[in-house]
Amino acid sequence: MYDIKALYEAESVEHAVRLLIEHPEAQIIAGGSDVLVQMREGKRAGKELVSIYGLDEMRGVSYEADGAVRIGSLTSFSHITRDPIIQEHINVLGEAVDLVGGPQIRNIGTIGGNTCNGVTSADSASTLHAWDAVVEITGPNGVRRIPIHDFYIRAGVVDLRPGEVQTAIIIPKVAYEGYHGHYIKYAMRNAMDIATTGCSVNVKLSPDKKVMEDVRIAYGVAGPVPMRAPRAEAAAKGRAVSKENVKTFARTVLEDVNPRDSWRASKEFRQHIAVVLAERALRESIRLAGGEVDE
Amino acid sequence: MYVGKKVTRVDAYDKVIGRTRYTDDLCDKSAYIARVLHSTIAHGRVVSMDTSEAEKIPGVVKVFTCFDVKEKHYFPTAGHPWSTDPGHQDVADRLVLTEEVRFYGDDIGAVVAEDEVAAAQALAAIKVEYEEYPFVLDVQEAMKEGAPQIHKDYPGNILKHTTIRKGNYEEAIKEPGLTKVEGWYDTPTVQHCHIENFICYAEMEGDRITVTASTQIPHIVRRIVGQALGIEWGRVRIVKPYIGGGFGNKQDALYEPLCAWLCMQLGGHLVKLDIPREDTFVSNRVRHAIRSHIISWVRPDGTYAARKLEAFSDQGAYASHGHSIVAKGAGAFPQLYPCDNVEVDAYTVFTNKSVAGAMRGYGIPQAMWAVESHTEDVAARMGMDPVEFRRKNLMPVGYVDAFSRNELYDDTFNQCLDKAMEAIDYKRKFNEYQNQTGDIRRGIGVSVFWYNTAVWPISLETSSCRMVLNQDGSLQVQLGETEIGQGADTAYTQMTADVLGVPLRDVHVVSCQDTDVTPFGTGAYASRQTYTAGFAIRQTAMLLKERILEYARELTRMPPYNLDISEGNIVRTTDGRVLMTLGELSTEALYSLTNSRHLSAESTSQIKSNAYSFGCTIAEVEVDIPMCKVKLLDIVNAHDAGKLINPALAEAQVHGGMSMGIGYGMSERLLFDEKTGRALNNNLLDYKLSTFMDHPRLKAVFVENAEPTSAFGTKALGEPPACSVAPAIRNAVYQATGVGVNEAPVNPHNLFRRFKEEGLI
Repeated sequence: MYDIKALYEAESVEHAVRLLIEHPEAQIIAGGSDVLVQMREGKRAGKELVSIYGLDEMRGVSYEADGAVRIGSLTSFSHITRDPIIQEHINVLGEAVDLVGGPQIRNIGTIGGNTCNGVTSADSASTLHAWDAVVEITGPNGVRRIPIHDFYIRAGVVDLRPGEVQTAIIIPKVAYEGYHGHYIKYAMRNAMDIATTGCSVNVKLSPDKKVMEDVRIAYGVAGPVPMRAPRAEAAAKGRAVSKENVKTFARTVLEDVNPRDSWRASKEFRQHIAVVLAERALRESIRLAGGEVDE
Repeated sequence: MYVGKKVTRVDAYDKVIGRTRYTDDLCDKSAYIARVLHSTIAHGRVVSMDTSEAEKIPGVVKVFTCFDVKEKHYFPTAGHPWSTDPGHQDVADRLVLTEEVRFYGDDIGAVVAEDEVAAAQALAAIKVEYEEYPFVLDVQEAMKEGAPQIHKDYPGNILKHTTIRKGNYEEAIKEPGLTKVEGWYDTPTVQHCHIENFICYAEMEGDRITVTASTQIPHIVRRIVGQALGIEWGRVRIVKPYIGGGFGNKQDALYEPLCAWLCMQLGGHLVKLDIPREDTFVSNRVRHAIRSHIISWVRPDGTYAARKLEAFSDQGAYASHGHSIVAKGAGAFPQLYPCDNVEVDAYTVFTNKSVAGAMRGYGIPQAMWAVESHTEDVAARMGMDPVEFRRKNLMPVGYVDAFSRNELYDDTFNQCLDKAMEAIDYKRKFNEYQNQTGDIRRGIGVSVFWYNTAVWPISLETSSCRMVLNQDGSLQVQLGETEIGQGADTAYTQMTADVLGVPLRDVHVVSCQDTDVTPFGTGAYASRQTYTAGFAIRQTAMLLKERILEYARELTRMPPYNLDISEGNIVRTTDGRVLMTLGELSTEALYSLTNSRHLSAESTSQIKSNAYSFGCTIAEVEVDIPMCKVKLLDIVNAHDAGKLINPALAEAQVHGGMSMGIGYGMSERLLFDEKTGRALNNNLLDYKLSTFMDHPRLKAVFVENAEPTSAFGTKALGEPPACSVAPAIRNAVYQATGVGVNEAPVNPHNLFRRFKEEGLI
């Protein structure tokens, strides 16, 4: 039995916006795999809920006119993993969200919920950061789009204003074309876990596969919100594909990341793992892009 | 014959389709909902409690505080058979609610409401004022002078200290040419994590109270509820339906006394107490964390000259099963690898932490972690093969333990090692994995284990059985030994059918124990259900058979010694002719106008024997050194559990135990905040119970040496599968990397620390 004050079911995005304006204290609920857990823990106990789960218009993956990939916020993890557009262009995102919880969670959980929850460990978040994703938000004043980096304000807080609903996540064509990436979730067990550290890397190689034209890396749980590692990216960008450059890139992440010391893992341990993951994820990205790291 | 066959579980169909009813399914919806208020300090006293806000919440029936417990009936909680000798009784140190707080999570109040939401809101609205005392979380710190005292009668917080002395350790170590090997080995606090959390409900009828509970030990709980309420034991009735696992946590009176007390305070109204998972971790029972210090003095030929063990067992805040746990491991130490000169000191020490009680293996997984990690260290130091070193020193055939009279009748250890090594291709892998380099390395490791079956001669062993014949020749069987998911009912069905000579489908084991009607038995614990119940089943079935054949004499005019029952028929043994069916006989017996008879039998079997049950685990791992991760590639358990009653259930039992051992060895530990004593990871996300995805295919192999003392040739298999898994994994990691992790679990945190210490990363 959950301590829910009231549940309002939205019939359209506009209706959801209206309900949120009418009930300013209400919490949006989609799949519920985070919200219901939080209610049970007492954190959101006694709240009103606005359910957007029935809004099929917010489901599915499609192309926008300019070739950008649009992922409806209510698309479940398992649908993202099996979607042909994702598999063709951003396979790593499908692989990353396939590591969330277990099969039941992946069937009910949505990518919108995963990002709106605002936690640093979300398996989709580091990959979305690493692919320069854009968040589409619909509210009383219409639709606005912001980079996912700006969407995250601080731990547990995202840029959703009164009456606003996150309606889609967009990966621009320029952000995915020619890129290949790999995500490593470092967790204490192989299922039903959240990441101790998650690392998503992608690379764009020169036509001869010898030079890293662009390298992007993002972490979950390396700071209070998902984050890029700009110094590491700069250290690798434009460099030759080589063992030494991969190692330099990996070592440089320590200039960017700032993990916590907690009972879940020590700072020293997380830093060590951050370096190992950067190296391995870049190596695998290069391999996927058709390159070869010399030994 | 059904014994020895893979017959389908009698409860399989209902459990698979969801028809089986557990405690919560049985509770009437009119029940009041109770919740327990737990302390938020580790040590101190409740000064006052303000319940006024909680009482205002709609739906709240009543709020109880520790100050409402006017009659202080201290009671013991351990699920041991009662001892009529006061010197052997368990420590009575609990009250249903306590003013004196001894751990973060102690039971200081309770709310009763009309529904779960009101109960949760009321809990949050209670304000508690405490007087705080200093607290202590570490066993060895707790033993120091000046440490906070948790119970007044136990100086140094030592609940009990026992010793074993054999030969002369001090003299023996003077022998020239000995190598000294010394190590400290730590096991963590872990929890049982049975699927069904503890739940019970209580209601009164007349002046009697019935508690339906998810327990392993209904008859024991009846006694404890009687003690806790200060009422006659016969006024208490305990009903035990199907339960979703117990693993020893439910071999304790958990909240049955409190629920019964709340019910009585409310005029006997139905009250349900359903414990949330978070509370199950903290305020039920946990496995004792044990720190062991072992010193071995080894001769150049690889034999032991002298050995010493000191073990410090973390009891947590209340006595529960107490010293029995570490004492079991201490007792195993001189037996597993016999040595002429041995010193053992075992301490059970109170700390301000969650209460430790029984858990599958009862001290032996902790002892095997220490002993078998140490054995690996000794073999390595002596430059000996780890398997050959063990074979050389293990308990020899014919060994008899002076206290228990347990005897090793067969060459169990060598047979189990041989079978396990073959199953996992040990020799090839062991040779291949010697002297590896690189980031990713493989290893294979061995651990044996010592176990025994039941609790004789430490404690009472008794089993009672009742069999009642129906009109059609089928029968009901009742026993005090409980089905807790292990398949006991199926084993009992097979045994009964064989002894009585009836088809399996005609035997109906009554799964539910009800202390008003079920014959007395002490329930499911140790690894004794099949062994212990076997005696009573055999004896009672023979008694019933005798009565049936006596009745058959009248109907068939044949003397009973020329009659037998086979496949549900009354058979003349002289020529094998079927004279009538048992159904025909039964119908006549119950409806006869001349000689009607209720054919039944009931008997008690007191068991004054016990049986060793040994075996081993071999585990193969791949270690990713930079990632500080271990992947379990392959694992096999070999057991000599005597004759298997049901090989399919035996295999399932071993798989379950191996799974528990994998978690114990690789990921599980309950953490406590140094600053507050609060449990940090008391939920199934942060407490890393291993998942299906963390398991390779589990292999179970058996050696079936019939146990001579046993009614059906069988012996322990309930707990043994969990005993040797963790050290085998540790030893596999040791072969792969040369790094011994002496603090379980072998998780990334401990590997990171050890790899750094050893310069691997």
